[in-house]
Amino acid sequence: MSEQLFAQLLVSGLGMGFIFALIAIGLTLIYGVMDVVNFAHGEFLMVAMYASFLAWQAWGVDPIVAVPVVAAAMFAFGVGVYWLLVRRVLGKSMHSQIFATFGLMVFLQALAQFLFGADYRAVQQSVLSGVVEIGGIALPGPQLASMAGASVATALLYVLVFRTRTGRLLRAASQDRVAASTLGIDADRMYALAWGIGAAAVGAAGALLSSFYPVFPRVGGAFVLVAYVVVALGGFGSIHGALVAGVLIGLLQTLAGFYVSSQLKFVPVYALYLLVVLVRPRGLFGRI
Amino acid sequence: MSTIRRVFIKALLGAASGALVTGALAQEAVRIGALYPLSGQVAKSGEDTLNAIRLAADIVNGSFKDLALPLAATAGLPNLGGAKIEIVAADHQGSPETGAAEAERLVVQRKVAALIGAFHSSVAATSSQVAERLGVPYISGESEATNLTERGFKMFFRTTPSSKTQARDFFTFIAQMNKGSAQPVRTIAVVHENTLWGQEFAKSVESYLPEYPDVKLVANIAYQQGTPDVTSEVQKLIAAKPDVVLHASYDNEAILFARTYKQFKFAPRGVMAIGAAFGSSAFRNALGADANYFLVREHWSRDLAPRAPVVAAVAKLYKDRYGKDMDGTPARAFTAMMVLADAINRAGSTDPQKIRAALAATNLSAKDLIMPWAGVKFDANGQNTLTGAIFVQTLEGAPKLVWPADQAAAALVWPRPAWR
Repeated sequence: MSEQLFAQLLVSGLGMGFIFALIAIGLTLIYGVMDVVNFAHGEFLMVAMYASFLAWQAWGVDPIVAVPVVAAAMFAFGVGVYWLLVRRVLGKSMHSQIFATFGLMVFLQALAQFLFGADYRAVQQSVLSGVVEIGGIALPGPQLASMAGASVATALLYVLVFRTRTGRLLRAASQDRVAASTLGIDADRMYALAWGIGAAAVGAAGALLSSFYPVFPRVGGAFVLVAYVVVALGGFGSIHGALVAGVLIGLLQTLAGFYVSSQLKFVPVYALYLLVVLVRPRGLFGRI
Repeated sequence: MSTIRRVFIKALLGAASGALVTGALAQEAVRIGALYPLSGQVAKSGEDTLNAIRLAADIVNGSFKDLALPLAATAGLPNLGGAKIEIVAADHQGSPETGAAEAERLVVQRKVAALIGAFHSSVAATSSQVAERLGVPYISGESEATNLTERGFKMFFRTTPSSKTQARDFFTFIAQMNKGSAQPVRTIAVVHENTLWGQEFAKSVESYLPEYPDVKLVANIAYQQGTPDVTSEVQKLIAAKPDVVLHASYDNEAILFARTYKQFKFAPRGVMAIGAAFGSSAFRNALGADANYFLVREHWSRDLAPRAPVVAAVAKLYKDRYGKDMDGTPARAFTAMMVLADAINRAGSTDPQKIRAALAATNLSAKDLIMPWAGVKFDANGQNTLTGAIFVQTLEGAPKLVWPADQAAAALVWPRPAWR
């Protein structure tokens, strides 16, 4: 087994890992701020991928150019979902929260199928379609962009949550809604902000992903299961935890896929997840 | 209120007189029960397939002097005094239970002489069991699951290649490419999704290896359907260096694999696929020029028409009647119905045992068919042994029939060029 091959596997694994991380960051943020699991997170990804695909189809906008636009649109979408749906079930039973986002998942899938059919659609050519080669190791464009995107997104979120006034308000609202309200913090606004940022992160991931992955109504399912594992592994609510766990899982599935078996490549991932849950239930960087 | 009642009574009367008319006709007509999904998810495909069977019956019943197919020129079945074929359609909704119940109803109540069906292999399995029990011949032109003809049934016949025999076509192709080639194909890899379809394909490929000792299987890669990334799979292929890759993949992964092949400049001599994913419009739209040179095994193509007047004529009749282009599944169902009609005519009777014996003795040659096959001849299990395939290659963005060479609409590009 040549070193070059091993290096290639590592690089490819890292690339996928950053994509997983970028998807998971939005999920962990929403959970961390308000203890709500967004079951429609995969469908947020799907919506972002369709948005990016349609922008390419209608106006020839390259997915890499679409990233900020899609992220901004998804911010609005996330805020909208919060105001129209999630706000109404806050403080209600766990069941109604689960069913609200689960229902949203089913609704968005059905809506996409109604509007676009079950066909697979894909962006044909993107700036990202190319491959950068360094020392015989291929670095596909989308993965490079994801590395940059996920790192930047994590850093930005980290600064926002831990170094700014808005972040302090956000954290205050997440720690104790009532106490924060008595201090004049508009918890509703903070929650809407969390949903907006979470959706924007997954929106950026979706736009990047659409440069090489086909989009179809159920595309979210392929990625969101991994995102849940990333969130649990990294620690619920931990942003840098999601980054580390995403990269870890990306590496693990690529190496296992090569050295163990392609159809079992996610088994070590879930085994690691089980181990973490048993030995360290709060995840790698969780604060619970 | 009274209007509703009047309409209702009228409808009842209409239905009754309709039944009388069919009852009168049925005295001479040979009834064939057709089991197809006419409602539910694949209703459209079921209807298209049934239409091909109706067309076959019409060709037998009418007099088509210019059509060089058995029974076309004469009206009806000559050995049965010109008796007409009457198709009695039943909707099984894709449900194996409904299929079995409908098969029973068609045989017991409608007294059909034979059954044809059933699109879904799962429904063919249950409905043919009923036919076997009731001793009525059953023919399938499009249900592919291999085990259907491995149950030792006496009444079941299948004209279409099974999943297993389809794998053989890849070896036939490779053997022909290797003939006199300075760079013969020595190694192959199978890449397949890990549900039943993909697994069966991989198993079938392996089962033909002993017959082709020159060809070695160097990688057998099963992947989880819906995988987000196929880098490790492609790295395995690159390490195994196969001359040819055989694929059983659905649309989504076909696109993903093709893109990843390009990313890593993996260019074996050929990438050949079972199932349409590597030549679908979704695939071509997604990949543009990169969709070129992938090869897909197909049953039938309208590209066959220019070289075979019969194919062109039948395809035109189908289009004229049903307003839709014929494709592979209707073409195969049409063939099954023609084979059944031929057997009933040779039996000279509607007695099930006589029809069965005639089916077993079927010996049709390539010119009697609209399929690119060597003919129709059943083995002891009722499987047609003379099936064949065509290969379609995407060239300049359009699917073209490229193999076999004598039927090709465009020249095969082999080996495929390196990625640009």
